[in-house]
Amino acid sequence: MLSTENLVSGYEKVNVLQGVSMEIHRGEIVSVMGRNGVGKSTFVKTLCGLLPADSGSITFCGEDITKMKSYERAWKGISYVPQGHMVFPKLTVEENLQMGESIHPVKGKKPDYDLVYEYFPRLKERRNQEAGTMSGGEQAMLSIGRVLTGNSELMLLDEPSEGVQPNIVTAIGDIILRINKELNLTVLLVEQHIGLLQQVSGRAYAMDKGRIIDSLTREECLDYDRIRTYLSV
Amino acid sequence: MQVGYDVIYFIYQFLVSTSFLILAALGMAIIYGMMDITNMAQGEFMMLGAYTTVLLVNRAGCPFVLAVLCGTVVTALFGGLCDRLIIRRLYGRTLDSIVVTWGISIILQQLIYILFGPDLEGISTPFGSFKIGSVSYSVYRIMLIGIAVVLVLGFYLLFKLTKFGLHSRATMQNREIASAFGVNTYKINSLTFMLGSALAGLVGSLYAPLMGITPTMGTNFLTESFVTVVVGGANPLAGTVLAGTGLGLVEGTLSIFYGTFIGRIGILLIAILSIRVLPNGFSGLVERNSIRRKRR
Repeated sequence: MLSTENLVSGYEKVNVLQGVSMEIHRGEIVSVMGRNGVGKSTFVKTLCGLLPADSGSITFCGEDITKMKSYERAWKGISYVPQGHMVFPKLTVEENLQMGESIHPVKGKKPDYDLVYEYFPRLKERRNQEAGTMSGGEQAMLSIGRVLTGNSELMLLDEPSEGVQPNIVTAIGDIILRINKELNLTVLLVEQHIGLLQQVSGRAYAMDKGRIIDSLTREECLDYDRIRTYLSV
Repeated sequence: MQVGYDVIYFIYQFLVSTSFLILAALGMAIIYGMMDITNMAQGEFMMLGAYTTVLLVNRAGCPFVLAVLCGTVVTALFGGLCDRLIIRRLYGRTLDSIVVTWGISIILQQLIYILFGPDLEGISTPFGSFKIGSVSYSVYRIMLIGIAVVLVLGFYLLFKLTKFGLHSRATMQNREIASAFGVNTYKINSLTFMLGSALAGLVGSLYAPLMGITPTMGTNFLTESFVTVVVGGANPLAGTVLAGTGLGLVEGTLSIFYGTFIGRIGILLIAILSIRVLPNGFSGLVERNSIRRKRR
């Protein structure tokens, strides 16, 4: 569904990604794990078009999207759950959810708010509240929930565990698994939280210094000592 | 009886000042609030609207209302052109935008001066006037008060209820994320700038009968709109309405007792004072209070 070929990108003159090649198939949950600063967020931002690729290519559903603007990629069905949640703080919860409707609009298909509220009942209680006044965990839920009102095909998740208390991380993991199964949504997760990685990963890549250094199966992901070597300093 | 007349006159004067401040500032406030661009040429955009209207009425015999519409459209298109060629390069560069748009304003003033000379013959104020007591009131100025109310309400509904409004508020809060949600932020910015320009054109056209038509007439608007935006802060509607009302009260009162010159000095003093006391303007005050209310 999505593949990258020798992707190089970064900020100004500093290349963070040094040629990343990977692929993800429809229906999978694939994780990219790595320590802080290895280029995980840069990778996700390059995939959704917020950073331009310096060289290499990105292919989505058979189409070269390397040169596309971020909003055009959203129209194609790539949704982005950014690091630090980044909800629109002064929009209400419901208005935040409405923003998701522009992701891959399909004619005749209405956005399903009941579904989002079923996954995240808290959001229904708070739907008229300004998003910026909610707790970190609630913002994390909104950040995931608001991409579900569109018809996203691939969800890019950038460290959803950050700034969230441990029991809610598990709840978020459960939701990711349900969304993947029930909505047939392909998920690319970028993470360094071992618990969440082990909970959801169908398979995984390990990243270091802007390169993919290993590829792991589901079983290998469950090997605590093995994935710890990619995550600890 | 005389006290009653005085009260009516005071209210009239207050509303005339307030509606002028709000109308002059609204376009600038929307562009500043949504795009972080301070358009110093906003006054010259108003001058463009006024010139279009006056030329159409005087030289083409066009009816006033139609001429106002044309003034609005011409200025909106000119704004769109400026955005395409210049403003687009200044997104996210607040300070640079001040210098560049100031340059645009000087070029426009001189261009109009070269084309049409130091002034144009004005047009007469439509709709006449009536008397209460010994004071005569202009019907047209009262209509302008109504137009200010309608425009503020209209923009409130536009930003609150439409998809364009939602997308532009989201873009204002976080451009990158809005773009990742399928919002063409370039288009939103262009439309916002055109909207602000259209408002400038409309207001310039509407005030054309009340002012001397000269290439520098824009500066009459600029001081007032700039001060209102500074006192109002980043929230385009709430800030502008509150600042316009407060400043209108000061200007209206001072104008009645000491004349319009002192009135203008009064609002400048208030502006200096408010920067000291309310650095984020009325918008900041509104925000602080709304957060406080929620915490309870």
